[in-house]
This record gives sequence, C-alpha cells and structure tokens, in this order.
Amino acid sequence: MTVGLFVPCYIDQLYPKVGRDTLEVLEKAGCKVVFLQDPLCCGQPMANSGYESKTRDFEKPFLKVLPEVDYLVTPSASCSYHLSHHLLKPFVAAEELAKVKELTEFLHDIIGPDKIHASFPYRVGLHLSCHGLRGLNLGTPSELKVPYYSKIEKVLAAVDGLDLVVPSKADECCGFGGSFAVFESAVSVKMGCDKMKTMSGAEVSYVAATDMSCLMHLEGVFRAEESTMKVMHIAEILNAGA
Amino acid sequence: MFNRRKNKLMKGTHANLSKGFITGSEKTDWHNNALWFLRAKRDMQRDTIPDWEKLRATAAAIKDHTLSRLPEYLQRFEENAIKNGIQVHWAWDDAELREITASILRENNAKSVVKSKSMLTEECGLNPYLEKEGFDVVDTDLGERIVQLRKEHPSHIVVPAIHLKKEEVSDTFHEKMNTEKGNSDPDYLASAAREALRKDFMRADAAITGVNFGVAESGTVVVCTNEGNADMGVHSKKTVIHCMGMEKLVPGYKELAVFTRLLARSATGQPVTVFTSHYRKPRPETTEHIIIVNNKRTDIFEDPEFRQAMRCIRCGACMNTCPVYRRSGGHSYHHTVPGPIGSVLAPFYGKEKNKDLPFASTLCGSCNNVCPVKIDLAGLLYRWRQKLTDETSPDLSKKIGMDIGSKILKSRTTYSLATRAFRWVPGSVLQSGLNPWNVTAKNGHKERIFPDVPGESFREWYKKNQE
Ligand code: SF4
Repeated sequence: MTVGLFVPCYIDQLYPKVGRDTLEVLEKAGCKVVFLQDPLCCGQPMANSGYESKTRDFEKPFLKVLPEVDYLVTPSASCSYHLSHHLLKPFVAAEELAKVKELTEFLHDIIGPDKIHASFPYRVGLHLSCHGLRGLNLGTPSELKVPYYSKIEKVLAAVDGLDLVVPSKADECCGFGGSFAVFESAVSVKMGCDKMKTMSGAEVSYVAATDMSCLMHLEGVFRAEESTMKVMHIAEILNAGA
Repeated sequence: MFNRRKNKLMKGTHANLSKGFITGSEKTDWHNNALWFLRAKRDMQRDTIPDWEKLRATAAAIKDHTLSRLPEYLQRFEENAIKNGIQVHWAWDDAELREITASILRENNAKSVVKSKSMLTEECGLNPYLEKEGFDVVDTDLGERIVQLRKEHPSHIVVPAIHLKKEEVSDTFHEKMNTEKGNSDPDYLASAAREALRKDFMRADAAITGVNFGVAESGTVVVCTNEGNADMGVHSKKTVIHCMGMEKLVPGYKELAVFTRLLARSATGQPVTVFTSHYRKPRPETTEHIIIVNNKRTDIFEDPEFRQAMRCIRCGACMNTCPVYRRSGGHSYHHTVPGPIGSVLAPFYGKEKNKDLPFASTLCGSCNNVCPVKIDLAGLLYRWRQKLTDETSPDLSKKIGMDIGSKILKSRTTYSLATRAFRWVPGSVLQSGLNPWNVTAKNGHKERIFPDVPGESFREWYKKNQE
C-alpha cells in the first residue's frame, strides 16, 4: 500500500519530530511511504481568515499526487478536514477524496486499530480536537445522542502502559482557532487556560491530541503558566518506546 | 435614548469588547459556568428522548419545507387569523413595525403597554421608539425587566440578564424599586419584581407579545414562557398585539409538536416551558393584532447559502454551548442576537459594522451539533468570512500577512528561502512582544509563549536521512 505523507507547514517548521514519528508509524504499519515534497500547506490558515481566494492553486500539488497513491495521510485533523471539505472538494470525486485521511483515522479504518504497538507508561489526557471530532467524526461529540465510539482511544489501546484519561469537557475547544488565536487573543488564551485547568485537575503528565496546532497553543499557555504538563501528538505516543 | 443605546452597541469589535469582559471582571468563569449548566441540563433532557437526533432532523426538514412554500403558508396563516377575528398587519422593516404598533396603540387610546419576551421587538428598537412617542412600556419577563431597568440590552436571547450576578440585580432593584439594600436573595428579588409587575399589569392599557410559532392551518400564534407573563397581558388587556417574524410559521399542529418538544429542552433543559400559550381568537370586546415582520428576512430567504439560518427557533442552545460566547458575554457581539446564530445574522443588518462577528468563533462546530434545527452555523460563519473579506474594507495588517503567507506557501523555492530566514531569527525575538502569538497581560504576566524553534525542519531531516 502506497501512502503519500503530507507534512503541514507548521509541523515541518516547528514540530519536525511529529513528522518523523508519523513517517515511522506508517512504516511500522507496513505502508510504503512517499513523503510529498510539493504540497506545503492546505491553505487553511488563509481560508479560515477569510482569504480562501489567496489559496487558489494550492490544490494543484495535491491533485497531482492523489492518483499516484492509495492514501494521502497527514498528522493533522484540521488540515485533513480542510483538504476534504474545502480545498479539494470542488475538484475531486467523493471516492478519490476519501483517500485523504488523518493519521488516526487511517490507522483505525485502514490498518486496523490494534496493529500499532508502542510503549508509553504515563498518564495522558486526551484533548479531542474539534475538526477531528466534529469534522472527521473520529469519535462521539458530547452534544449528540449517538452510541459512544472513539477511533483515537481504539488506536491508542495497543500502547503498553498508557493510562489514557478523557477528562470532563474533553471536546471543548482549546481556543486555538487559527488566526483567532491572534486576533481574539483574550478569549483564546482564556480557553487555553481553562483547558489547562481541566487537564491538571485530571492529574495528567501529558496532553495528547490529533492536532499539533491545538497543542502548540496549549504548550504556549502551559509554558507561560509554568505548568509541568507536556504536550504530545498522537503520532509521538504511537512511536514511543518501540 | 435610542441613539445612546445604539452607540453603546457599536462601540468596538468583539475582540475588544470581550477583552473587557474577561480581564475587567471576575465574572467570566461564573458566566461560563452558568451557561454550561444550561448546556448540561440540555444534555440530560436530550437523553430522555431516544429518537433525539431523528427529532432534530425532522424539525430541520419541516422548517425547510415551510420555507420552501413560505408565501403560501403566510397567506394561509393570514386567512385563518382573519377568520378568527384577528387583524393582520405586515411590516416590511423595523420602522414599519414601530409605526404600526404605535398607531394601533393610539387608535385604541392605549398609553401604557406590558410586553412579554420578544427578541423581534428588541431587534426593531420598539421600546425606545414607543418611549420617545410618549408611551410607557414595561417588559414583564423578569430578565428583560432587569435589563430594561438598567437601560441595557439583553445579553442572551433566552436568559437576557445572564451577564448579571444577583448582587448587581439587587443594586439595580434597590435603586429603581427601593428594595432592601444588599439583600440579594433571589427569591426576595423575584417576589419584589413580581409585586411591582403586578401593578404594571393592572395599570397597563395594552399587551404586546413575541411569538414562538405561528400555526398556518389555524391562524394561531403560540408563545412559550416560564413566567406566564404573556398570558397575564393577553388575558387582561383590551388591546393585544403579537409581533411575529415571518420565519416563525409551521404548517400545522402535528408539526408544532415537534418544535415544542425541542424548544425548551434545547434552550434551558426543561422538558417543556411552564406555559405554552395558544392565542387564536380575541376575547369579547378585545382587539387582537398580529404584525408579521420581514426586516431583512427576505434577504436571508433569497440567499440559497444562508436560507437555512431562517430555520432558527431562537432557543439559544448555540450560545450556551459556544466556548467563545460563554467567556466573552453576549454584549461583546454588539448585535441584538449574540453568539453563533447572531454572528450569522448580523452581517445582513450591516456588513461593515458587523464584519468582525463571523470571526469571533473558532469554528469548533459545537453549535451545529446542539442546534435543534441543524443549522450549519460553523459552515455559514466560514462562508461569511470569505464574503466579508471581499465585500468590506480590509484590515490591512491582516491582508498583508495573508498575502505574504500565501506567496511563501505556494512555491517550494519561496518556502525554503523564507523558512531558512525564519530559522535565523533568534528565539528571544520570536518569543518577544514583536510576535503577536505571544500574549502578555497588563501586569506583565506572560499568558502564551511561542515554541522554541527546533534546529532543523522535517524537510531538512528528511533530505539528510531518507533521500
Ligand atoms: S441557531 Fe439553532 S441553536 Fe442557535 S438559537 Fe437558533 S435554533 Fe437555537
């Protein structure tokens, strides 16, 4: 199975380890991984700020590689959501679009949830990033009356020693929201602080999520507040200690 | 007073106004919790109905159906209401609603009015207009009475005074109604208000109500309250006026039942409102009027993307769940209807002055999931962002940032040049006030810090190790 790996711009620059861990996890899963050099960004930072018009042509490198791979995987739920619901949607048929997968979604749906073994003997609080949860249906959002399921929990179930906690309000937004974080910084930081409080109340050592963007915001708040909690992308946990 | 209130509304953007709410008071956490309490109660009520999601889908479908034949249903509603002896008026905009109301009052020699909950009359500026014209208007919903006494605006469409703590209410009542100073016992305050309102009910000449639903097959208007205040006005006054937005129609009683099951559960987590009043025929010697109001609703109706916003039954659930609303308070939205649905509606009432509102959201989508009529609120906010960027004056710094960003991210050459340059910027600069990511409180306390930039990017690592 050939998987095209899309590493979003901010992960490339600020969290390269998440890119490396994703690559290695996909290889552990038995995929032939092709790192996609050309797509640099899904266009979401501009589009969510009202400048979708400035992301014309951003689709081109994706459209070029999509027919050449079985799946296009990215360690970012919000980028994956933006690709499948906005950037590529006008250009690609539904079944081709279904090849675009966020990492945990790919592992759960395509590889099988218990295939990735790792070891991470810590207490980890799960933050359910909005675009993954409500956009990609990675689990049950607290608002809906539907049977409980969680692709993330299933994928993490095979990690040795992991003490995974889903604290109260785990699916309340962390306050990142793209350029919202800057233009609405007061509310953004307040939301981050509140997330920090529920996580520290759950006495976790790490906060994990499908999105490094949420975690970058939370890390910034933890650091300012001198919290000892660390942030960790799902890919980092899945590639730990193995 | 109308102008003063308007100015107050327009001062500042959501970002600035919310800053005031968060840093200027300890109320944020309290406000957040008070609204979350409603959301939690809503979840409990949701769980009592096995087919909840089906009920929501049905409600959305009924509204879509009704909207697709709106002229027909409006006509049927009007015919039936007239048959019942009710006088029907049509108001094209807010000014017409105000004028029609005033002329009905004048024709019936009414000087004073008791009014039950109506966000529509709030939207149309009815109170200040009537006061200016010499009428005496008393809001009889307790929350609305509190904000009226304080010369404020409701901060929420269902719980209008949710931004106030009981101590503040106590101070207002002491000042305006001479209640005991410092007594902020909610029961004491509520009964003091009730006593004063009883006198207003006795004294008034006319009653005005809002409308939750208009039933086309019978010409009935349905009003849901918890305090019975609509009934007290309607049942005791000789002149009665119901103000109804034209989107409030449902075809018949069967459809109405779907909405009465959803409304209170979504709004406050009650199985049903304490009073669900059906007003169909005037009592003997009473004149009863319905004013059907457009006020931009046809603009929304005609827009294929935004038409779904007309499904809204004003339950307020999207506000209660919104993590931004809960922390920034309703007034930070500077529009009659705040929160997610308010930000979807507001640009129809002025793109330039409300252009910040669709950005006052993280697009987390929680509102979509609680909305009983399944409006794609986050999707509509996203659409507004694109439209408003095209159609209003740009924020230059943002525009330049987006220009540069998109150029850098479009080609590998510019990306690699720009990112190499980025790596040269010392951490001390990236973590200073020059970078808008870093947030520092007024007292110098750091609130968010930019991450340390690693030595090499993923691409650089990949080049070295894999290629
Ligand atoms: S948009 Fe939906 S949730 Fe919000 S007030 Fe209207 S009906 Fe209620």
